[in-house]
Amino acid sequence: MGQFIGSGLGSYRGQRIVFRGLDFAVDGGGLLHLVGPNGSGKSTLLRVMAGLLPVIEGQISWDGVALAQDRDGHRARLLYVGHADAIKGALSAAENLQFWCAMAGGGDAWLGLERFGLAKMADLPARFLSAGQRRRLNLARLAAIPAALWLLDEPAASLDKASEEILEAEIRRHRAGGGSVVMASHGRDPADGERLDMGAFVGAALDLGDAVL
Amino acid sequence: MSPSKSPKSPMAALIARDIRLALRQGADSMMVIVFFVLVVVLFPLGVGPEPAILARVAAGVIWVAALLAAMLSMDRLYQSDHEDGSLELLVLSPLPLELQFLAKAAAHWLTTGLPLIIAAPLLGVFLNMRGEGFAVLLAALALGTPSLSLIGGVGAALSLGARRSGVLLSLLVLPLFIPVLIFGVSAVDASLIGLPFKAQLLVLGGLLLGAAALAPWAGAAALRQAAE
Repeated sequence: MGQFIGSGLGSYRGQRIVFRGLDFAVDGGGLLHLVGPNGSGKSTLLRVMAGLLPVIEGQISWDGVALAQDRDGHRARLLYVGHADAIKGALSAAENLQFWCAMAGGGDAWLGLERFGLAKMADLPARFLSAGQRRRLNLARLAAIPAALWLLDEPAASLDKASEEILEAEIRRHRAGGGSVVMASHGRDPADGERLDMGAFVGAALDLGDAVL
Repeated sequence: MSPSKSPKSPMAALIARDIRLALRQGADSMMVIVFFVLVVVLFPLGVGPEPAILARVAAGVIWVAALLAAMLSMDRLYQSDHEDGSLELLVLSPLPLELQFLAKAAAHWLTTGLPLIIAAPLLGVFLNMRGEGFAVLLAALALGTPSLSLIGGVGAALSLGARRSGVLLSLLVLPLFIPVLIFGVSAVDASLIGLPFKAQLLVLGGLLLGAAALAPWAGAAALRQAAE
């Protein structure tokens, strides 16, 4: 269950090729690290995987069903954590998370707050949270809302050591339950899971640049 | 906070969030109403206190001021969601984007259109509007202002990410408001001189239905584009 596969993927931003001929595969319970230097297309690939950017070349499928044929099902099964924390300062921490739970059609906001150590700040307006606490509130969606696929773009940015460990524990718990994770992790050497080196596709892209466009 | 509130439907949650944000950041909504009142109050100072002239232009002035006031609040509709990353998550959430567009338009109307309607009779008194016109003015505004929220929402979604989006938005949307303005004013004028006004109200209702059917598609397409 939960085979997430992409083959022959290519993406363009403006007139520039970000990557071409990229393949990936994540099984249920699997973890895929996207590594590579800045600008190597990690975020772009995650946005393509999420469906925010169209699949221009190649195909992405979930359990053999192409993404393009099941957009609604794909949105219902994924959680995406981007660079921005999507938090409204005028709402309390709990209200922010409850809103995203309601939008997802269900979820336990309280569980999310507790797991990420925000229970004490539940009623605090989110504008008083620090950068690390805002990031944790964004990540708390992972614990609060059940989803088969997590797409995380540099999730550990501005987290302290203890919070990083909470995140790692959540990822382990998610994988133990059969969930999949794709994660862009800035250069660091991942302890477990597969690696996809985006740097390898940068060179190829530059060589082909003029020939294609 | 109670640990688990009763689950809301996604659409209700989105409307409730936008209304809550508007109430907590009350300045935005209040500014729209104050702007509306000020523009109308400026007119007697400009055209002179002649009661007959004021009564003649009352309906038009109130409608134009309502259009401008609705525009004023429009550019914030998606701007903050776009800036803080909420828009990406909304696009990725299971609720169809077309319904989300309707929910945001409904919240916008409840926080700006409805207060405008409530303030309008008072302004009618300022402008010496005759009593017969009040009910029709309210009915016309009630049918017309939701169209403004819907059409304006498309403009707000299209102008996301553009520099000086407020100006661009006005240029895009104000021409589209013209039919609403024409029939809104003409309904009130007809009632004041004792002519039937039902047709104008029906056209306003038709415009609203048309906007409710078409605007969500256009708006959702523009939002997807903006989230890329």
